[in-house]
Formats: sequence, structure tokens, C-alpha cells
Amino acid sequence: MAKFFATTIVVIMVLSAIPIIRNTWHPLPNISAHGQAIDDEMWGTMIEAGISLLASQFILAWFIWKFSVPPASSAKLDKAPTLVIEAKSFPGGATGLVIAAIILVGMEVLALGIFGIKSWASMYFTQPGADALPVQVQAGQFAFYFRYAGPDGKFGPLHPDLISESNQNFFGLDPTHDQDAKDDLVTASMAIPVNREIRLLMHSKDVSHSFYVPALRIHQDFVPGLDLQLHFTATKIGKYEIVCSQLCGLGHYNMKAYLDVMSADDFDKWLKQQAALQ
Amino acid sequence: MHDVSAHAAAHHGPPTSLIRRHIFSLDHKVIGKQYYGLALVAVLIGMVLSWLMRIHLGWTNAHIPGLHLLSPNGAPGDVMTPEYYLQLMTMHATFMVFFVLTTAPFAAFGNFFLPIHTGAEDMPFPHFNMMSFWTTFVAFCVMISSFFVGDGPTLGGWTQYAPLSAVGSVSGPGQGTGVILWALSIAIFCVGQLLGALNFIPNVLDLRCRGMSFWRLPMPTWAWFITSCMGLTAFSVLMPACIMLILDHVGGTSFFVPSNLVINDQMQPHSGGSTLLWQHLFWFFGHPEVYIAIVPGMGIVTHVLITNMRKPMLSHRVLVYCMAALAILSYMVYGHHMFVSGMNPVSALGFSFPTLLITIPSTIIVLIWIGSLYGARIRLNSASLFALGFVSLFITGGVSGFFLAQPSIQILLHATYFVVAHFHFTMAIAAIFGIFSGTYFWFPKMWGRMMNETLGKIHFWLTFVGVYSIFMPFHYLGLAGNVRRYQAFVVDYMQPLIGVHRFVTIAALLTGAVQFIFLFNLVYSRFRGPLAPDNPWQATSLEWSTSSPPPFDNFGGRQMVVYHDPYQYGIQSSMGDYVLQDSPEQVKSAHDEP
Repeated sequence: MAKFFATTIVVIMVLSAIPIIRNTWHPLPNISAHGQAIDDEMWGTMIEAGISLLASQFILAWFIWKFSVPPASSAKLDKAPTLVIEAKSFPGGATGLVIAAIILVGMEVLALGIFGIKSWASMYFTQPGADALPVQVQAGQFAFYFRYAGPDGKFGPLHPDLISESNQNFFGLDPTHDQDAKDDLVTASMAIPVNREIRLLMHSKDVSHSFYVPALRIHQDFVPGLDLQLHFTATKIGKYEIVCSQLCGLGHYNMKAYLDVMSADDFDKWLKQQAALQ
Repeated sequence: MHDVSAHAAAHHGPPTSLIRRHIFSLDHKVIGKQYYGLALVAVLIGMVLSWLMRIHLGWTNAHIPGLHLLSPNGAPGDVMTPEYYLQLMTMHATFMVFFVLTTAPFAAFGNFFLPIHTGAEDMPFPHFNMMSFWTTFVAFCVMISSFFVGDGPTLGGWTQYAPLSAVGSVSGPGQGTGVILWALSIAIFCVGQLLGALNFIPNVLDLRCRGMSFWRLPMPTWAWFITSCMGLTAFSVLMPACIMLILDHVGGTSFFVPSNLVINDQMQPHSGGSTLLWQHLFWFFGHPEVYIAIVPGMGIVTHVLITNMRKPMLSHRVLVYCMAALAILSYMVYGHHMFVSGMNPVSALGFSFPTLLITIPSTIIVLIWIGSLYGARIRLNSASLFALGFVSLFITGGVSGFFLAQPSIQILLHATYFVVAHFHFTMAIAAIFGIFSGTYFWFPKMWGRMMNETLGKIHFWLTFVGVYSIFMPFHYLGLAGNVRRYQAFVVDYMQPLIGVHRFVTIAALLTGAVQFIFLFNLVYSRFRGPLAPDNPWQATSLEWSTSSPPPFDNFGGRQMVVYHDPYQYGIQSSMGDYVLQDSPEQVKSAHDEP
């Protein structure tokens, strides 16, 4: 039984490792300027964690194989075993293992921690450039809406009391009174020019949501009552998906929008088309 | 240390009436069994709910015969609606986390064995102890009632993030009465757990028998003691948070709801609250809760492993220090649940470092388990198989923690199935393996009969392979960006993953079915199992020095005196290769730790 147990552990581990080694299921290919650092960190961790997992499971299996006794002796209830052996102890004992764990894991922790600060800091501790294109995104049950400032480069103020799904006033704009809101463009999908920095202004109109774009390596919750900002640069033209990852109600699974990364020319055309539609 | 026999016996005598013996019992052993029974009912409910969820995830429009009887609105024509999926999911997690993973390894086994391990006759405050169970039972009934009241239970997930949970039914089905009942139930549950912790802690501090120094306490009792300390602080934060949530519904307050929220084109009558406040309060409880679920399992597994290895662990003190380190660090790491929540990104780094640091005590614990196997003579029985299975599952679950401790990697993996895999391996399945191991090990002591070993082993093999089949693929889904808490996969890039979901569903149905072998074994052995001897495993701690099951006062009027460390194995005594803690026999080469 011990050999069967050990073999089972090894087989499970090998079968589990195959899809990772063959890269059967993997994150969507990165399309952002900052994403490579995250991917490097991810695969560095995968190698360290993978080795730790396999090594410890294999040693566990090996010890079970080697140090188990046949079940016969344990089946005889209430009879003390007649054979008493002086148990061999693991070389180095507890002290050795504690020191090994502190050194090995400590180094790993330090390495991952320092590695992690770098990629996190590149996203969150830097300011967007002055020429970054501002795009506002509003999350609500169960749709994202996007707003572009229009030719004047200014967003009109928001009036939550004017928000009306039925009148298609998703943001609560008042173009009749607010000059800045007159040329604001509101869309249901997001388009951005490739290789240009985007400054994303995020707010929620109702409950918590999240802005998760795996291909962009962007993941940020919307916090009702709080305006948040992110900045990023997409580096590859294409159509991607934005999904909500924060449980927001019965339509959560269906809360998604498309992100179109286009050339600068196509983006200008798209803006004009949208302006004509408003 | 006190003279326990005189002390504890003063509290209450043996009961005479049926109600006092079996229902409103003050006996810690009966209360432990009541907790076990409650956990058993809760785990069955939780498992059936997970089956329903899994069927729906594999085949979204599947007809589940009879489902409309549970909820005509939630499953018209026996097909689950999106909101009903979320309601069942919330209830699955709530029942499992609170009424199974907190009650079974901690309250059930802890109540039964902690006073016996310390050599006491009962808990220091038996009335509080009785109230602890019945308060928890009331909490359970309140939670169950939410299935049948209004528009059903809450759909907000067991984390109940505000403002979804705080604005009332306008935000979705079950978000009015359902949330109020949820928060009420959890607040009552917290009271029950606090009453439990208030018994466990003084028992360990004050009711140890003569000779029972701290370092002579067996490992599960150390684990329950540490868990009680966590419970005392964690539940006392969750309880007021739940009361504040209820007040946001019925008291006109706005603790968790900010101004200017618009739902269904209506301005919400709230202002000034903080969304993130709930998350901080919840996770300040929530992360220690992970350890409240798993640390008792660590103690139980260590106890079972030592007995079946026939030698002590390399160091028991290091294990205790590491469990205590986990407990203390658990309060400093809770923010890793909130890396992308919108809190200040600088604090993400502050929470990331202790999260990475917590891998050190976890690794030491695992290395001591594995290292101690070296040179052992392991008896493979149902209890030790589940204990070794626990070690394997805990390693697998722990390793995925490396990823989730890093804020940048959480950009990819937060709120995906990778997280679901991580917490199921650690706090859910490993903890359940701890419960199984404890059950097979202690059943003879609790009920006086042996469980069937053949059925136990079949149960182990199928469950071990089954849980890996269910939860390992979740890592792959998470890597591919599959978001959790979705009732269907309409997002383009998630659609190719449906095959993995179907595989998991089939594995979950089969593995769930296997649990009925355990249930049968439990019920059958309770009535028909062979009578258990006092010490069937040739073990050393005090529960094996008394009859199976123990008498009302635990030791039949004996004043217990302890002469040895808890785990004297691999030695020569008149009993064999071990010596009971209360045996005055001098033994050669005793393994007392300096």
C-alpha cells in the first residue's frame, strides 16, 4: 500500500506538471508595455514554485515508500508491537531543517519580493506623461461605459442625479448647461491608439466592479465613492476583452466590453464616427 | 495549575434527565459530538450545493430534476437562473467556511479532547460551553431560513462586499432580507465562537492537571489553544462589522455606502460611508479565519502522524512556535486579499512582505513533518493515510501562495480560479482531510466502537485522487484568466475552457458520491462496529488512558498526574514501544525535549 501511495503522489504530480510544461493553458499574450515585467515575475515564480512543489512531493512519496511497515502489525488491535527499534533521525534534525528553510525560503522570499516591487512600482508609482490620452470608464450593473473628452480636451462635470439608462444618459451629463460636456463622447466599447499612453479615469456609479483586461495586464477594482487612475500603453493592434472580476450582482458574468487597439489614424476616424453618432 | 478534579467537579454533577444528557448537556464531550453532528449536516448541504453549482457550470441550461422544489423562482423549469447560481454559491461557501471548517476541527474535536488532553474533568465554564453550541445552532437555523424567506439567500458571496451587500434589494435578489439574515446569522455565530474560545483558553491556562506543563500538552491542544486566541480577536471584529452591515439596512446608517450611488436610475439614500472599510474589517477577520480552519488540522495531523510513525516529530516546540507565528502573521497579511481593491498601492507592498514571510513557518512545519518520516515505521491506516494526504494537499496549496503573495502577479490571477484552487487546497480540502484523519483516529474514543478500515481506505484512495482531479485543473483555468463567480462563460476567451469545467464537474460529482462511503461507515460503525479497546492505536496522550468512550468525568474519578512528554514512542517500556503520559514508569531513552 505504501508503494501504491507513493506512486499515486508521483503520478498526480507528473500529470499536473505536464500542462504547465507544455503551456497548454496560459495567460493571454501580453499587449502592454509594462506587462513583460509581470510575465517575467510570473514565470520566475512558476519555476521556483514548481521545483519546490515537485521536490517536496517526491521526497514525501519516497519517505512513505521507504519507511512504511506492512499493515499486518497495525491491524492487531490492542497488542503492543514486540519489536522496538531505535528510530533513526533525519540528518541534521530540526535545527538543520529550520536553518535550511529560513535560508532557502528566505532567499526566495527576498528575491520574489524585490522582483515584485519593481514591476508593481513601474505601474503604480509613476505618473502618466503630460500627453497621455485621458479616457474615463464608468462601471455600473452590468455594463462599462467610456467617455472621451472631445476636441476641447475637457470632461464635463458629472451629475449623478441625471443618470438615466432609459434616456441613455449613462454618465449623468448636462450638455445644455455645461460647456465642457457638449463635445464629450460616450461609448459602450473602448478604443485606444496603439503605442500611446492612456490615462484611465475610473469610477463606479453603483457597486464595486473590476476592470480586468488580462491581455493588457491590467486589473483594478472600481471603488464606489472613489475616483481611481491608472495609466498604460498598449503595444499591439487588435480586439481584446474587458471583463468584470468583482462580484456585482446577477449579471456579473455578462459584464464585459471590447477594447479596440488601433493605429493612430484609425483611432481618429473612430472618434469622428462616434461624434457623428451622438 | 490547579487541582482539577475538585475544581471542575464543583461546576456540575452527572446529569440525570434525558434532555440534560443529550440536548442541553453541559458535558464537553456531548457538546463536541453535537458540533460534529452540526458540521456533518452543514457539509452535506455544502456538498450538495457544490454539486448543483458544478452541474450548472458544466452545462448551463441543464435540467436538474426537482430543483424547482427548492426554489420555484430560482429554478423555473428546473433550470438554474444566474442569480440562483450566485445564491447557492454564497451559501456553499458560508456553510463550508463557518459551519464546517470552523466547527468540525476546532469546536467539535476541540471540545471533546481539549479538556481530556489537559487532564481536566470539563471546561471551566460548562454553561457558556453549552451556550456556545446552541448559539451556533441558532446561527445555522437563521442561515437556513434565508432559503425560504423573501427572494432567497444573498447572492453577494461569502465576502459580502459592500455596497452590493449594504444597499438592499435594489442591488439584486436576496440582497435585502437575504443579507440581513446572513449578517444576523454570522453575528450570532461569532458569539458562539467567542464563548467557545473563552472556555478553551482558560482550560489550557488554568485546568491542566499535575505534571502537565505547557510543553507536555499534545499538539492538537496547542493548535486549539492558538486557534482560540485567533478566534477571540478575529470574531470580535467580524461581529461588529456584521452589526454595522445590518444597521446600514435597517437603521438608516451608511457605514459602508458612500454618497451619490445610482442603482436602477435611483439615487441611493446614503452618504458618507466607506466601501473599503468593510473589506478591511472583513479580511482582518477573514485571513485569520483561514488559519482558524487549518491550524487545528495541523495539530490533529501531527498527533495522528506521530502515533502512526511510532516516533516523535523532530521537534514539537518548533511546530508550536511556527503555528503561533502563522497566527500572529495572519493579522499582518490580510491586505493581500485587497491588492487591486483600490487601497493605496504602497500598502500592497506592506502586505506582500509578511505574506511572503509567512511561507517560512509554513515551510518549516512541512519540512518537520516530512523530515520526521525519515527512519519512521509508518503504519498506514485510514487515519494516517488522510494525515499524509493532508501533508500532500497542504504543500500543493501552499506553493500556489507564492504566486498570490505578489501584487504584480495578482494582476493576472486575482479573482480567478487560481485563487479558488489555492484556498480550496489549503483551508478547505486539507482541513477536511484533517477532519477525516481525526475522525478515523478518534472515532473509537468518541463512540466506543471501531470504524471499518477497508471502507476507510477505499474512501481515502478515491477521495485523494478525486480532490486532485477537481482542484488541480482550477490552477490552469486561473492561468488562462477564467474569472471566478461566473455562472456561465460568455466571454470569448473563456469559452474554450468549458471542457475543463466539465471534467471538473464529473470529478466533483464522483468524489462527492464517494463521501457516502464515509457516511455509511460512520453510521454503521456507530451502531455495529466492533467494540473499541481503550487504546487501539497504542498511543500516549491522556485520552487513551481512559475508557472508550470516556466516563462523564473523563477519568472515572482519578486525579490525573502526568509524568512524560506527550509523545514517548520508539522507546522500551512494559507497554511496548511507547509509554502513556500518566504512567509513572521510568523509561529508557525518553525523548523529552530539553
